[in-house]
Amino acid sequence: MPASMDPGRPSMESFFSRYKNELVLMGVLFVQIVILASNVERDNPRAPAQGRVSLVRVWTVNLITPAERVFVSTGHFFRDTWRSYVDLRGAHAQNRQLQEEVNRLRTEQARLRENVSEVQRLRALLEFKERYVAQTVAAQVIGSNGSEQSRAFYIDKGKRDGMAQGMAVITPDGIVGKIKEVFALSSLVLVITDHDSGAGVILEKSRLRGVLRGTGLSEELALNDIMADEKIAPGELVITSGGDGIYPKGLSVGTVSFSVPDRDNPPFLSIRVKPAANLARLEEVLVVTKIAEQAPAAPPGSGGRVRAADILAQRLPTVPESDKPEAGAKKATTETAPR
Amino acid sequence: MSLTVSYTSREEIEVHKFNWAVSVGIPLLALFLQSFLPQKRFKFMEIFDLPLLVTIFFAVSRRRPIPGLLTGAIIGTLQDALVGGRYELKGILNLNGIAKTVIGYLASSVGVKLDVDNPGSRFLMTSGFYLLHQFIYTVIDLKLVVIGAHTLPGFGHILLAALCNGLLAVAVFAGLDRFKLRS
Repeated sequence: MPASMDPGRPSMESFFSRYKNELVLMGVLFVQIVILASNVERDNPRAPAQGRVSLVRVWTVNLITPAERVFVSTGHFFRDTWRSYVDLRGAHAQNRQLQEEVNRLRTEQARLRENVSEVQRLRALLEFKERYVAQTVAAQVIGSNGSEQSRAFYIDKGKRDGMAQGMAVITPDGIVGKIKEVFALSSLVLVITDHDSGAGVILEKSRLRGVLRGTGLSEELALNDIMADEKIAPGELVITSGGDGIYPKGLSVGTVSFSVPDRDNPPFLSIRVKPAANLARLEEVLVVTKIAEQAPAAPPGSGGRVRAADILAQRLPTVPESDKPEAGAKKATTETAPR
Repeated sequence: MSLTVSYTSREEIEVHKFNWAVSVGIPLLALFLQSFLPQKRFKFMEIFDLPLLVTIFFAVSRRRPIPGLLTGAIIGTLQDALVGGRYELKGILNLNGIAKTVIGYLASSVGVKLDVDNPGSRFLMTSGFYLLHQFIYTVIDLKLVVIGAHTLPGFGHILLAALCNGLLAVAVFAGLDRFKLRS
């Protein structure tokens, strides 16, 4: 039908042409809000988004992160070349210093070996199963999320390198975070200082357990769920408890910076922890790709499972070698102990 | 004696075009730098919002609302996809997308009415748009999404960031002016 024959059409056309820009704006915003809403819905605990990543995210990350990998690799090549072949000032003095350190550590190692042996015996006695880091993969930090609202960064290892969601990320100084999302060539690491991060921890001296939360600040973590009647001294070490299923037990987390009664959440303490790892200057990290769980083996010569009586017996004066029947009876008791 | 001041000269309402490689490459470069630099000993770069500056530049240069808002929508969505904010960690898109769509629309509208080639007006315009962007982002964050408790940056920090982005815009826009194709 010609436009002139439809009395409503000219006004409708003029409406659309007049408000074309505003209508397009509203249309685009509507589409984006629908997408936003669908994403928020995904975060519903009844339908967790764990493992689901938007296609546009995969495309963008795969487009940008290879360039970051090239930049980082090139930068490291020149830096390593400079450090390895040109900038060797002080290397000799440093070598001598390190050799002295090695000698000192060897002496210390001999002392600690004895302590470890005793701890192993006691753990075997109590049937503790210990989780330990069995395998790690070194990764380069190639980019941040570039935002002040969150604490996360990208590493140059992805699905092809065996990365998976939930793997712990550490440095020799302490824990860093966990892998949040995995792409083909890169992974997104959620740092422990992020609001959404958490870890089960133990205070090293007092042996109190708590839950560590990120505060969004790069140099501060919050430790919750510890009663106000406990005494927590600044400087006390905080280590992982292993109870969160992410971080193996005993990894360094940080040190207590201060502890005051929590006015908003009595009767608990408000404890702040300074991270052990330098989270603002990360270049290389270790991803824990395998955590093994096993009962610690008793030290060599202890004959497998050891009873408390056996440990006590070891502390008693040694039984003379000639007293063989008695020694034989003791051995039989150990082997027939109920398991 | 009367003095007449015109704020819409022929030069000011001139619509600029860009090579397709520039239209695609500059936003991607901004996204790359926004992601790459803060991690590499340039932590202070977090205060800048390079994708926002690029959105404003293209919007005021093209001076057409629909391309302006679409530029903001695409850049913002890609920023959410790559760098986002705290919600990108949960797979939530479009906080930046929505905010930059509005900014792209308004910037292109402003580009028709004001002299946006002057460094002073560029500084004021970008600082103002940064504040508006943060306002929109925060309103959506708090009123529409509302997931978990989190710390919002203080107003003083946002004001400082607005001034910093305004200053950077003067330099960046001057550099990007070279890519304009005059119609």
